[in-house]
Amino acid sequence: MRPTREITRSPEPRGIGAFLSTTLGRLIVSLFVPAITFLVLYQIFIFLRDTQIPQWITAIIAILWGVGGVLALFTLSNYLIEQLEPTWRRRLIPFVFVGPALAILTWYLVLPTIRSLIASLYDARGINFVGLDNYIYAFTSQEMLQSYRNNFLFWMIFGTGMSVGFGLLIAVLVDRTHPVFETICKALIFMPMVISGVGASVIWKFIYEYRPTGSTQIGLLNGIITALGFESQGWLLIQPWNNLFLVIIMVWLQTGYSMVILSAAIKGIPSDLLEAGRIDGANEFQIFRSIILPSIQGTLITVTTTIILFTLKIFDIVQSMTGGNFGTQVIANVQFVQLFRQVHNGRAAAIAIILLLAVLPVMYYNLRQFNKQTEAFR
Amino acid sequence: MTSATLAAPRRHRRFRFGRVMVYVVMIAITLLWITPTIGLLVSSFRPADDVKTSGWWTVVTNPERARFTLDNYRVVLGIPIPDRPAPGGGTRVGMEVALINTLTVALPATIIPILIAAFAAYGFAWIDFPGRRPLFILVVAMLVVPLQISLVPILRDYVALRLGGTYLGVWLAHTGFGLPLAVYLLYNYISTIPRDIFESAFLDGATHFTIFTRLILPLSMPALASFAIFQFLWTWNDLLVALVFLGAEPRVQVVTQRLLSLLGQFGQEWHLLTAGAFISMIVPLIVFFSLQRFFVRGLMAGSVKG
Repeated sequence: MRPTREITRSPEPRGIGAFLSTTLGRLIVSLFVPAITFLVLYQIFIFLRDTQIPQWITAIIAILWGVGGVLALFTLSNYLIEQLEPTWRRRLIPFVFVGPALAILTWYLVLPTIRSLIASLYDARGINFVGLDNYIYAFTSQEMLQSYRNNFLFWMIFGTGMSVGFGLLIAVLVDRTHPVFETICKALIFMPMVISGVGASVIWKFIYEYRPTGSTQIGLLNGIITALGFESQGWLLIQPWNNLFLVIIMVWLQTGYSMVILSAAIKGIPSDLLEAGRIDGANEFQIFRSIILPSIQGTLITVTTTIILFTLKIFDIVQSMTGGNFGTQVIANVQFVQLFRQVHNGRAAAIAIILLLAVLPVMYYNLRQFNKQTEAFR
Repeated sequence: MTSATLAAPRRHRRFRFGRVMVYVVMIAITLLWITPTIGLLVSSFRPADDVKTSGWWTVVTNPERARFTLDNYRVVLGIPIPDRPAPGGGTRVGMEVALINTLTVALPATIIPILIAAFAAYGFAWIDFPGRRPLFILVVAMLVVPLQISLVPILRDYVALRLGGTYLGVWLAHTGFGLPLAVYLLYNYISTIPRDIFESAFLDGATHFTIFTRLILPLSMPALASFAIFQFLWTWNDLLVALVFLGAEPRVQVVTQRLLSLLGQFGQEWHLLTAGAFISMIVPLIVFFSLQRFFVRGLMAGSVKG
């Protein structure tokens, strides 16, 4: 009996023969067991898609089948491996645990990165090699140039700036109020965060709706403007400022996020530090600048990079408010249009690669910052 | 609280004025923030004609003329309205179908990645095997890949496998896109569980599988719950993945897709839009208000979603 050996992370037996057999065995377990489970699940779903039984029954069967299938996958492959001799059991068991995750990740993210890169060098249907044509399109076409302006100037700079700025302002202010008041304010400001981009778009249609001056306004903004004696405006048609009005929807959704995170960071500042500042005669602004800001710098960077990532990939607000018309096009929406309306796989893939390159440095920075805070890798 | 009273007497007056201002500003901001949602809520209970001919705020400014009804919800959910003929097949909104579909998508798309990720996190944290570290780094590296990258290749696979328009296809997609973050977060949690807990279990002859299901899963519940809420809201509110992988067939469409086509198809049917939008928000709002504590924790950890 050597029960403790497994958790002391002992080195594996070496040698080419052993390496080959274990690697092969693991490959078989990690690929074939999920593959077989997938096949069985798949057949049921094809049946479910084509069947005509009542919808809620389909729903229940689908949920049970999906979740149960995954549970069965793990239990079954574990059971099979526990029948083997101890050495083999020990070699194969890790892949019962990490195999399914690796298989799915490989299929959905690792390979697609390479496949998209290849597809971006081919034409609309992926048949003829066209070299860099799709990238020339992505860097010269009018819609893509417009998207870069909107994504980087309006969404990234204005959007992120306003979300983080408002979030910080609210976090600092709300910290000085009564706890009950604070909780209520935070909950209400945070609430939009759980609303979908499409839902938010419907909500804001009732703010931006345009009716000519003189007729009854049903959009709140024009209601206010006309009540003050101004002409009513088609907010979503004034280029390029309509982008700003779309960005405001995002700010409305995301400010709660930055507020909650920053508020938690502010609460983490030791109170004697703030008190020492106050006793030394610093006013509230000086305390904010020289104590609060430096203390929450790391969190501020994380929040900013997270929202930048969100803005670079913005899709649903634009798709549901304007569909990318009236000069409001964004990168992710052009990709969607290329994929579905133009059915141009090459261009869609090229845009995806550009998006990856745009996200990469921000994400890298974000992850590094996150690691510094949690020390995940030790 | 106690330390504040210490410093207070010296500049009592200014302090109090500042405090009042803070409350005034905060109330103003909060009102500003909830006004759009209130507008939607009010509109959704107004009769169709009123919604189209007067602003929702007239309910407040002109209360004696305000009228309320549940008809918008009835139409949107396909419930027959008394004293009125049922609408023809073409104008059916079908939000009730979309709600069931969304649930069918969101529940497994939350549970499956968590299960797979928890197994993987345990494997990476507590089982030694060659290639452990490079494989884990590969998983975390996938956090940088935006899901747009996989649309073209995976769509091709789905056409070949006839997976387009199936729930399985959407679940797998959500699983794939959620896994890197899930594995990463759960690894951070599971790897910090004290080693002693395992040692005694191993001495009793327990296998990795029993330790994982009996010990680790229950111990990780807070982390699992935090991620679950995050992933559930993400899949519930998702539009892009549904549009791409679920397709245009109304029978399988989810709430966000339905709402998007309402915006186009019934662009001027304002009363239906309001009720539809509010229905799509109810479940996330319930989740948010009942599980706020977990939600905020998950949010802090989950700020790196790819």
